[in-house]
Amino acid sequence: MVMFSLTPVLDVCTQQQEGKELTKEEKQRLRKEKKQQKKSKEKKDDKPSRDSEKEKKPASAASPAPQTPTQPPAQKAAPAPVPVPASETPSAADKPAKSKAELKAERRARQEAERASKGKKGDVGPQAAPGKPKAPPSELQPVVKRLPEHVQVDNPEVLKKLAKKLERQQVYGCAPNCCGCIPLRSDYGYKVSLFSHLHQYSRKAPLTQQLGIPSTVIHPAIVRLGLQYSQGIVAGSNARSVALLHAFKQVIRDYTTPPNEELSRDLVNRLKPYISFLNQCRPLSASMGNAIKYIKKEISNIPSQCKEEEAKRKLLNCIDCYINEKIVLAAKAIAKYSIEKISDGDVILVYGCSSLVNHILCEAFEKNRKFRVIVVDSRPRLEGREALRRLVQKGINCTYVLISAVSYILPEVSKVFLGAHALLANGYVMSRVGTSQIALVAKAFNVPVLVCCETYKFCERVQTDSFVSNELDDPDDLIVTRTGTTQLEHWQEVPSLGLLNLVYDVTPPDFVDLVITDLGMIPCTSVPVVLRVKNVDQ
Amino acid sequence: MPGPDKETDLTERIEAFLFDLNRGGSGAGPLRGSAETARETTALLRRITAQARWSSAGDLMEIIRNEGRRMTAAQPSETTVGNMIRRVLKIIREEYARSRGSSEEADQQESLHKLLTSGGVSDENFRQPFAALKPNVIEAINELLTELEGTTDNIAMQALEHIHSNEVIMTIGRSRTVEAFLKDAARKRKFHVIVAECAPFCQGHEMATSLSKAGIETTVITDAAIFAVMSRVNKVIIGTQTVLANGGLRAVNGTHTLALAAKHHSTPLIVCAPMFKLSPQVRRLSFLSDFYRYCEILSKVNVHCPVFDYVPPELITLFISNIGGHAPSYIYRLMSELYHPEDHEL
Repeated sequence: MVMFSLTPVLDVCTQQQEGKELTKEEKQRLRKEKKQQKKSKEKKDDKPSRDSEKEKKPASAASPAPQTPTQPPAQKAAPAPVPVPASETPSAADKPAKSKAELKAERRARQEAERASKGKKGDVGPQAAPGKPKAPPSELQPVVKRLPEHVQVDNPEVLKKLAKKLERQQVYGCAPNCCGCIPLRSDYGYKVSLFSHLHQYSRKAPLTQQLGIPSTVIHPAIVRLGLQYSQGIVAGSNARSVALLHAFKQVIRDYTTPPNEELSRDLVNRLKPYISFLNQCRPLSASMGNAIKYIKKEISNIPSQCKEEEAKRKLLNCIDCYINEKIVLAAKAIAKYSIEKISDGDVILVYGCSSLVNHILCEAFEKNRKFRVIVVDSRPRLEGREALRRLVQKGINCTYVLISAVSYILPEVSKVFLGAHALLANGYVMSRVGTSQIALVAKAFNVPVLVCCETYKFCERVQTDSFVSNELDDPDDLIVTRTGTTQLEHWQEVPSLGLLNLVYDVTPPDFVDLVITDLGMIPCTSVPVVLRVKNVDQ
Repeated sequence: MPGPDKETDLTERIEAFLFDLNRGGSGAGPLRGSAETARETTALLRRITAQARWSSAGDLMEIIRNEGRRMTAAQPSETTVGNMIRRVLKIIREEYARSRGSSEEADQQESLHKLLTSGGVSDENFRQPFAALKPNVIEAINELLTELEGTTDNIAMQALEHIHSNEVIMTIGRSRTVEAFLKDAARKRKFHVIVAECAPFCQGHEMATSLSKAGIETTVITDAAIFAVMSRVNKVIIGTQTVLANGGLRAVNGTHTLALAAKHHSTPLIVCAPMFKLSPQVRRLSFLSDFYRYCEILSKVNVHCPVFDYVPPELITLFISNIGGHAPSYIYRLMSELYHPEDHEL
């Protein structure tokens, strides 16, 4: 009954599609579902989507994730929840069941409103970036966002739903039970109770081992990228984002639109399983999340009369622009501002390996500033050695210490330069674990702390401690010690022993004196202002 | 002849001890705990008292001072050696004074009075020979040895007064005193311990395995994560290498960061240190640079690897020693009871 009431809306759409055959009922159902998903996201309320899903189900009660074989095409293109960025939500968790009549009435009212607005605007097709609440920038966006599933590992229901979602996410046109599905990666080792809500994977068991060869589901460039992420070959916020964008360029080059499909819709659906896969290999970073949002928006904005070749060229161009603007040029701008802050005779302390901070120091050295650098490093990643190598190659005078010696070396230091993984909306800086410690000790010794961060890493999340949302790395990394002997080799056998290998931590804004971005030098508390300005621009 | 044999035997032992101290410091020999060093030093001093040739207290003190200077020169960072020597010197002074007949309380008041009135030049020259001095001194040194043997247990006995159940306790590196402390509390209470591994020697790993074998829930974290997890920690309990005269600490690398993080989160910092670690030194500006271990040098890079950190007394909440708990501001007074002011410089 419900489907027929939607046909007027579908007709509107039909007129706007040129030369597409929409006689198949499956396609109709598809469009309708997508529209409903868009509507539901616009209402910023999860209930409608689930309600509509429930309505489609053949008289089944409030079962959240159905896989009824009678509707495989509909289900295949069901609003598969986007796992990334962090503010995206998975579908159908526990929801109270509403009565069918109430739901029908709600939906009808919404459809009327939709039809009215559609008649005026005439926009084409559903939006391909369902995660972004499209409120006009003058309104304050409501806060009801769903918890990302990667911080709900301790909830078995959520894990089950994730597994089912991964099964459903297959390449368009693939049979529902083909063997090339994305497997669910399992946790490894004993997890410290404070962090039982996070994943902990082992580096020795990468996800790619469970995929068949050749993988029909995932593009090989993405498989390679996933492996590089999980093994730590590509590490660092900028490097990961750039690698992701290059891999997506390859995907776009190899993409062909299937018949009766639109590039703008189909490509986005094609990208979803890739993103799930990469998320399983290593949780996505804030910068990657923003990049993916941008790509999806660009793809969905491709007009449908565009030919495939032209569209692909446009997309590749967009990605190149993004990389150039947000990463390369931003680095130049930040270097320009930072060099003003470096004076002759300075002793600069840096932590770990931040590509941006290394770039700044190299530029300053080329401009003949006289300074020396102290590189602070920490186990188990020992990224500082890479930074040390790069700086020494340039000819900069360097000293190397471990993080436990920071309070020893800090009286000599005049400035501290730190890189960031993301800047959160409440002014906290999320960065490699140990950064907050360095900022703390620097504050105690009254040494200024400067954080360098591009604006594309700004994130709308808020966080006050390092527990709620973090990443747990392979605990076996802690075992190897320098002298070759290990105490913890058999830590798994001892029941009350746990190893904790945190990757990120958050630095409170009172430890940070200045943030240098491509928009200028701002205090930590101005991050939400920048976010708002960016949203208005977009 | 018994005399020279005894003397050569004595010098041999002293040389062997000095050699051990030297080796222990350079990392070639086995690392020994400070309790062991203290015990061996005291035993050696007892032997010197018994076997060396001396006639008056002054002679004995001269001998001990000379040997003491050699021992501290062999290993400057091992302060327990110097501490024990000063304790023994104080014992000798007391025994001498007792033999002379003056009471101890008068001595105390006299010393305060002396500080105010005279210039500090003592008219005691310790030249009077007393027959009973030798056995008295040896007996007193034996008492000292018994005290040394019981320090760890005394400290561990106080554990239940400070640890309640379901606590999260943080510690750093490896301290035998803290290990005993926590294991004693674990017999009656359930709590969770987080151990910072303290790179590059990673002694925290040993501590963690030992604690987990005793059934305590332990987690090993890297040094970089200390501030990140500090917000969930209820108490920080650490050991130390030396307690300085101002109440500060000379502790293993990374302790200052730990203390700052604890201060930021208002978490109490408890130091378990037996009395023989109390040293009359104050922080010299250069002493941190005196002691390095194993540094790998690339050709163009300076690498620093300090072994100890200085922790100022403002960051410390409580000292737990074998004679009870004290605030850092009380340490100077304890010191005056253990050592005589003239012995501060050996």
